[in-house]
Amino acid sequence: MNEITGYERETGSFGIRNHVLVLPTVSCVNGVINRISREVPEAVCITHAHGCGRGGPRDLQILFRILSGLVHNPNVAAAVIVGLGCEVSNTKNLFPLIKEAKKPVEIFNVQEDGGSLQTAKKGAAAARRLLAEVRTQPRVALPWDKVLVSMECGGSDAMSGVTANVAMGALSDWLVGKGATVIFGENTEMIGTAHVLARRAKNEQVAREIEQMIDRAEKLSKDIMGNLASLVISPGNMDGGMSTIAEKSMGCIFKGGTSTINQVVDYGEMPKERGLILQDGPGYDGDSMAGLAASGSQLMFFSTGRGTPAGFPALPVIKVASNSRIYEAMKDDMDINAGSLVEGKPLAELRAEMIDLMIRVINGEKTKTEANGMEVLTFMTVHPPF
Amino acid sequence: MKDNILVIHPRDNVAVALRTLAAGEQATGKGTAGFPALEEIPASHKIALRDISAGEEIIKYGETIAVSTRDIKKGGWVHTHNLESRRWKK
Repeated sequence: MNEITGYERETGSFGIRNHVLVLPTVSCVNGVINRISREVPEAVCITHAHGCGRGGPRDLQILFRILSGLVHNPNVAAAVIVGLGCEVSNTKNLFPLIKEAKKPVEIFNVQEDGGSLQTAKKGAAAARRLLAEVRTQPRVALPWDKVLVSMECGGSDAMSGVTANVAMGALSDWLVGKGATVIFGENTEMIGTAHVLARRAKNEQVAREIEQMIDRAEKLSKDIMGNLASLVISPGNMDGGMSTIAEKSMGCIFKGGTSTINQVVDYGEMPKERGLILQDGPGYDGDSMAGLAASGSQLMFFSTGRGTPAGFPALPVIKVASNSRIYEAMKDDMDINAGSLVEGKPLAELRAEMIDLMIRVINGEKTKTEANGMEVLTFMTVHPPF
Repeated sequence: MKDNILVIHPRDNVAVALRTLAAGEQATGKGTAGFPALEEIPASHKIALRDISAGEEIIKYGETIAVSTRDIKKGGWVHTHNLESRRWKK
């Protein structure tokens, strides 16, 4: 009953999907990707707004890590990379990082491959070739210790930290008990909980990294927002029953459960440890999802109370509504109703429902974001473009 | 009878109201014998699971989220009027 299957990759990781990814290195060639998408709708064609115009070392690190990380993601079986030629993250610079994924990759550059129309034609043909190639790969037994589930919250309301994140926390503990890995980020939503998270660190070093990460997030919030930083606990939050920043953040971090924290990874960095992992990433949902996907997560749970439909390319996202009203109002977008806790459903029963759905999704059932095509790619930058 | 409060962690001394409780209404939830709400508890706000003395820690999610500033009776409303944050005092 708990048997799960996936696609084994050459590096030893396992995907729960077998996608052919079509990825631009830079926004200048997004139109080429859109043409390929119309011709080969079965491929996962992603556009984004990055690839050039930022030169700082941190921005470059993030750019290369996210683009290559998406190719590395275990749900990707093969990739078509479309470059321009003169951009920062050009295919020559990107290739060494992508090569390590040991996947079939075909690379094109608009400036060398006859312009946009010719490149789109070649890219589409390559995508069809790769789809045919990966189609025959069988699903095999997937060990739980190769599963990396990410936990995300966005468009939160007062019930998010009471229903949805509590249910996701119970699921996180179950997953860690099975030997799987759970990762969550959103450092701004950890402010006020450094003592709680650090106490759960597996050693002194991890504890120090947790404290430093949250201190940086707190300082950055204050530097950018000034006095408004105190609004991280807003009058609206208080009306909703939250009394302190620690209480609000507890509601956020609860989605990771109560396990020992084994590692802190940087934004988009792949964890080396298993069990519960924290990511030093931003609170903004879209950017956070990219970091978690680039870290190798194959599946995401995403709680929402206000209701956001956003998913992520090549990554099944399971939407958990924190209240029955939004579950009913956005039924086509929601997979789980954690608002059922309010109607008296026991937490253990809801968790069992989530485990059951998770196993079906791992084994191939589409989530609402997948079925609806709600994927979006956006990722973090530090500086404005020049 | 349907649960109308949620105890998140066994160590907690407050529970979350799953809907607005009227003064005098019986609060029921897993892990608690029923007890009356002493005053109106708005939906998703906190209700004391036992008597809490002034200066005692308020525990939710199994963790300290605040410190009480006055005695709070079991069944009382726990919010900014009777607790304070340990950090970010502004």
